[in-house]
Amino acid sequence: MPTLDVNGKRYEVGADGETPLLWVLRDDLGLTGTKYGCGVAQCGACTVHLDGEPRRACSTPLKAALGKRVTTIEGLASRTAKAVQGAWVKLDVVQCGFCQSGQIMTAVALLEKKPKPTDTDIDHALTGNLCRCATYHRIRAAVHEAARNTGG
Amino acid sequence: MVASSDTFSRRDFVKLASASGLLLGLQLPLGRAQASTGFAPNAFVRITPDDLVTVIVKHHEMGQGTATGIATLAAEELDADWSKVRVEYAPANAELYNNTGWGPVQGTGGSSAIKNSWTQMRKAGAAARVMLLQAASAQWGLPVKELSASQGFVSHASGKRASYGQLATLASKQALPKDPPLKDPAQFKLIGKQAPRVDSVAKSSGAAVYTMDVKLPGLLTAVVARPPTFSATLKSVDDKAAREVAGVVDVVRIPEGVAVVAKGMWAALQGRKALVTEWDTTKDKLLSSDALYASYLAATKKPGTPVTHSDETRPALARAHKVIEASYQFPFLAHAPMEPTNCVAWLHDGKLETWAGHQLQTIDHKLAAEAAGLPLDKVELHTLISGGSFGRRANPWADMVVEAVHVAKQVNAPVRVQRTREDDLRMGLYRPMYVHTVKVGLDSHGEISGWQHAIAGQSIQSGGPFSANSVKNGVDRTSVEGVWPMAYDVPNVTVQLHSPELPIRPLWWRSVGHTHTAFVMETLLDELATAAGQDPVAYRLTYLKDKPRHIAVLKLAAEKAGWGTPLPAGKARGVAVHESFSSVVAHVAEVSLKPDGTPRVERLTVAVDCGIAINPDVVRAQMEGGSGFGLSAALYNEISIEAGQVKQSNFHDYRQLRIEDMPSIDVHIVPSQQPPTGVGEPGVPTVAPAVANAMFQLTGQRVRRLPFKLPTPGKKRA
Repeated sequence: MPTLDVNGKRYEVGADGETPLLWVLRDDLGLTGTKYGCGVAQCGACTVHLDGEPRRACSTPLKAALGKRVTTIEGLASRTAKAVQGAWVKLDVVQCGFCQSGQIMTAVALLEKKPKPTDTDIDHALTGNLCRCATYHRIRAAVHEAARNTGG
Repeated sequence: MVASSDTFSRRDFVKLASASGLLLGLQLPLGRAQASTGFAPNAFVRITPDDLVTVIVKHHEMGQGTATGIATLAAEELDADWSKVRVEYAPANAELYNNTGWGPVQGTGGSSAIKNSWTQMRKAGAAARVMLLQAASAQWGLPVKELSASQGFVSHASGKRASYGQLATLASKQALPKDPPLKDPAQFKLIGKQAPRVDSVAKSSGAAVYTMDVKLPGLLTAVVARPPTFSATLKSVDDKAAREVAGVVDVVRIPEGVAVVAKGMWAALQGRKALVTEWDTTKDKLLSSDALYASYLAATKKPGTPVTHSDETRPALARAHKVIEASYQFPFLAHAPMEPTNCVAWLHDGKLETWAGHQLQTIDHKLAAEAAGLPLDKVELHTLISGGSFGRRANPWADMVVEAVHVAKQVNAPVRVQRTREDDLRMGLYRPMYVHTVKVGLDSHGEISGWQHAIAGQSIQSGGPFSANSVKNGVDRTSVEGVWPMAYDVPNVTVQLHSPELPIRPLWWRSVGHTHTAFVMETLLDELATAAGQDPVAYRLTYLKDKPRHIAVLKLAAEKAGWGTPLPAGKARGVAVHESFSSVVAHVAEVSLKPDGTPRVERLTVAVDCGIAINPDVVRAQMEGGSGFGLSAALYNEISIEAGQVKQSNFHDYRQLRIEDMPSIDVHIVPSQQPPTGVGEPGVPTVAPAVANAMFQLTGQRVRRLPFKLPTPGKKRA
């Protein structure tokens, strides 16, 4: 049985290789922090990292994730990640919260690459992450706050 | 327990609570064991020896921050340590947990949660505080009046000090106070200050549990093949291939369609794809948005059901110096909460349990019991937080709950019925389509002399659970609210309504009638100001009589936005003010044009009077979010129908506001000591008209329909 590396743990997965990573994470591994919002890579709620790169788990087949390091919201541990989550809490970014795992995953990936992003950088990175509560204003502020706290 | 002059026995207290509607019941919520040690003076507060204060929240948290606000009310009067406060969501119990503004119905909506909890939750906290003081008094042999409570401790000048947790067991043996005193607002330590949201940590770590995340042993997932048009009926189904899909457990017929039940979502989706269904769609052949617009427009030009009537309207318009006539169009809108609707249902051991974002618990409870064929006391609802609602989960049909029960009845296991985004967008339950036609007469001084207003669109409330209060003499209040009663002091007003029926189910959508009425009123007022050659703010002020809150909010927004100060070329401001859900909000929008002629909203200034702001940061968040939500509708949202079929299917064609569309935004709260009013909905109505009014300054064209589509490419007004 193929093994999948998620948050530093190896899991044997029996799902068909075409199964979207999202459903393997949620239904087989019980990692429900990654959300389903659209199923067609249009909302970003399912964003995870594959070898550190933000990817839409709903449109990533399991076979494309094998051999890569998958990181979900439950596995965030880096200094940058903690700074992002801390900023999210400090600024009370969340409302319904459903999109926020995806927002945070995208924001962490941005800051790992670009420690001091501009508003435009933030908009470019996060344009694919919808929030129907429209917490965008605070998301932008929280990314800047996290950048400050990681010395960016 | 001894009843004395100022105390009641628990039994008396329950009687009082029931009789007065005070509802400080003393039973613990059903289905929750009372801690063997600890203290639960009423249905809303529990204190355990570990010093945790648990506030039982009777309302549904869908992002609006109500759990934080309600916990703040109890914690304030309890003098709790905010870092020790937790929330728990109440079970369905219309007696203990009803919305006191609604009668015997538990539910959340109409921006009513904080308003109806304002006294109730403070009394609940105050009662607990009194009993903790009595417990310390008994333990230390000191008079209550020498003791003080603060930050989760009772203390005495002698240095004696005990935490609420330490006193909890003894407190539970004290007499319940009859009418615990409430603080003077000057003593508030949490209300009006900043208390961090109770759910930020869980929602920033992936730990928060939504209906989509419920885990139960043997839990199955179902998706439903649904009618492709609104009145389509199933002719035939061949489920052979579906049943052969790995992971599919069963295929069952339910009134809503054909449910494919599987081990996991992917198998369920693959199974649904393999179903062969044939539907009769002939009934819906003629159902289209374009045809509806045309018929609604025609209706607004004919007599309708009177909302208000003046014999003087017609003569005033006939002799008017100038008449402004305009028609406005508003599309169907889906709520599209980020979490597509869903419900987990489990029939076992002669009872039913459901897990969902139960927003109208009393209705969900009743309809779930009916669908299961069980008495109410055999049905237990677990209300979970939801990934947004905007009205969608508060629905008179309890559609997601009933559907899940229909599936659960045929499956010997717990089952989650999960709608896909496409299902959710296409199944109706929309903010109805509306058309307004308005004629306003101006006399030779430019003053308004008559106002004739017709509205066409489905009634949201007719036949629903709140129709007795909302529909009178054929007029659904929510179809006309915001137009009538009219905020502006205008003479000779006639308003008529047409309420066509359609096979598409209507539903309230964040800010309900105000989603369209505020747009018409506030763009029209702007147009009238232009016709009168007056400044839009000054013009509004002349027609706002006995409306001190409107005036204060309008002036505050104008001042903070720098109204009247010059802007760089290519930028313009627009303003709007409107009351909804007993709160008044004004927006000033600063707008420029994108190269394609569509608006770029650069800055929003918002002012709000919502009575006392329990949590100013949550109020700001709701104004920010309401503005973004309203902007999404102004710029993008539209559900359109052709031959009974919804054209949109997912977020690529039911477009939403994205981060780059979100303007900078400043929110200003009018200081107030009046009881609190709502903030979940009132941030929505004024943003679109403010932007439209700025667009007029830039292009010389009035926006007559949402989402914004200008009749011709934008051109600067001469």
